[in-house]
Amino acid sequence: MPLPYYVSPEQMMQDKAEYAKKGIAKGRSIIAMEYERGVLLVADNPSASLFKISEIYDSIALSGAGKYSEFENLRKAGIRHADLKGFMYSREDVTARSLANGYSQTLGTIFSQEIKPLEVEILVAQVGELGRQNQMYRISFDGSIFDERGYAAIGGKSEALQSFLKERYKGEPPTLKAALALCTSALESITNQKLPLEGIEIAALDRTRTGRKFRRIPVSESRLLLS
Amino acid sequence: MSLTPDDQGSSFFDYLMQQRPDLVPSGRLWPAASSLPDDNRMAPLQPLPHGTTVLAIKYRGGVVIAGDRRATEGYQIAGRRMDKVFKIDEHSAMAIAGAAGPCIEMAKLFQTELEHYEKLEGVQLSCEGKANKLGQMIKANLPMVFQGLVVLPIYVGYDQKRDEGRIFKYDITGGRYEESDYHAIGSGGKDARNSMREHFRKDLSEADALRIALLALYNAAEEDVGTGGPDLVRGIYPTAKHVSAAGIKDVEEPQIATVYATLIDARKREN
Repeated sequence: MPLPYYVSPEQMMQDKAEYAKKGIAKGRSIIAMEYERGVLLVADNPSASLFKISEIYDSIALSGAGKYSEFENLRKAGIRHADLKGFMYSREDVTARSLANGYSQTLGTIFSQEIKPLEVEILVAQVGELGRQNQMYRISFDGSIFDERGYAAIGGKSEALQSFLKERYKGEPPTLKAALALCTSALESITNQKLPLEGIEIAALDRTRTGRKFRRIPVSESRLLLS
Repeated sequence: MSLTPDDQGSSFFDYLMQQRPDLVPSGRLWPAASSLPDDNRMAPLQPLPHGTTVLAIKYRGGVVIAGDRRATEGYQIAGRRMDKVFKIDEHSAMAIAGAAGPCIEMAKLFQTELEHYEKLEGVQLSCEGKANKLGQMIKANLPMVFQGLVVLPIYVGYDQKRDEGRIFKYDITGGRYEESDYHAIGSGGKDARNSMREHFRKDLSEADALRIALLALYNAAEEDVGTGGPDLVRGIYPTAKHVSAAGIKDVEEPQIATVYATLIDARKREN
């Protein structure tokens, strides 16, 4: 009987990480940014119906870069988790922190136990109400989780985006208009081209709304905001 | 839709049935009627709070949905402030008569169901789809009915495709029937229907429809012990909502109080 090849754990993890990174690098980028009334999410997405940003619960949104089918499964699982928790306890007991931890566990387990890791990087955002802070969690393919302030970027060129935003995002959260302008110019800076507004997916968690805070910003409105 | 065996679909109700059947208000964990001792079989449980009369009536551009506030427990009054009219989403509302606990739970589950579908699919269910889904949930409640826990709703939705408000009534087996003008259910349902039959016309104005709805509840309260009329001492009035193209709008309590003040004045003068 032939013995299976021995691969050291370090080598295996490294290979998996490289594989996942390669997959994510192909994906387009997404930015989440705190603005004066909540959190703005902006994605480079040419499709008008296959969304990369989604509502999860009253004040929580999710966005994902990388493989669409894998992101879609995580998105559905997140909505189920949130709705079940909200139904079982109360709507205010559904938090981004618990959701982000759940995602981190899932991604981490799949990364270490399955042959193929998930090629996704996700971002969970929650708008803070009643004077509480906004929360943004970035979770990468291996389940490592980062708590972000001000802005966060995921996807292929997230590091370039981070450094672009680091220079320009200062002090108090900007207005919706300013935040949107900054996000689109950041996306344009890494793609080195002018992005048509139809190719940008925009959504916001707006704390001034009653009930569900999530809303998509249609092209007609973003054109008005950026003109 | 299930394309692969492990796909769980877009229904929160089905998901709950699979994952947490103990949370579904359909009596999965209740002892089956046949396993109870003979003298308990089919006997209702201890008297439980029951909600009573609710109704809906169409007008030009929408539907009024209203309900009284009384909950009864056998021959006792269990509550004077129960609200039986629920906003379900931006375009629909339901009102429930029956065992209070399961009623409230069913309304909450239906709210979650519709929101869950909308988030997963990215679009809302059609008005027809929502009405059918509610029918399935009532059907799943059938085992509870045999233990005396009836839940019966009236569902009102604004159909954006047809551009009209619609009223649906149900039976305990989940049968779904559309009503063209008005309907009332609960212990005072018959009296409320009689009252509405006398006053209903096609193309009522919003104010007239509200007046007729509140009058029907008043008349039902006169005939039926289970139905609460306006409580002038405590200032408790029936609740009502408008379902129209603009969404779901609560009728403010002062407005309801004014309608009843006029009505009671007219009654006093007649006597």
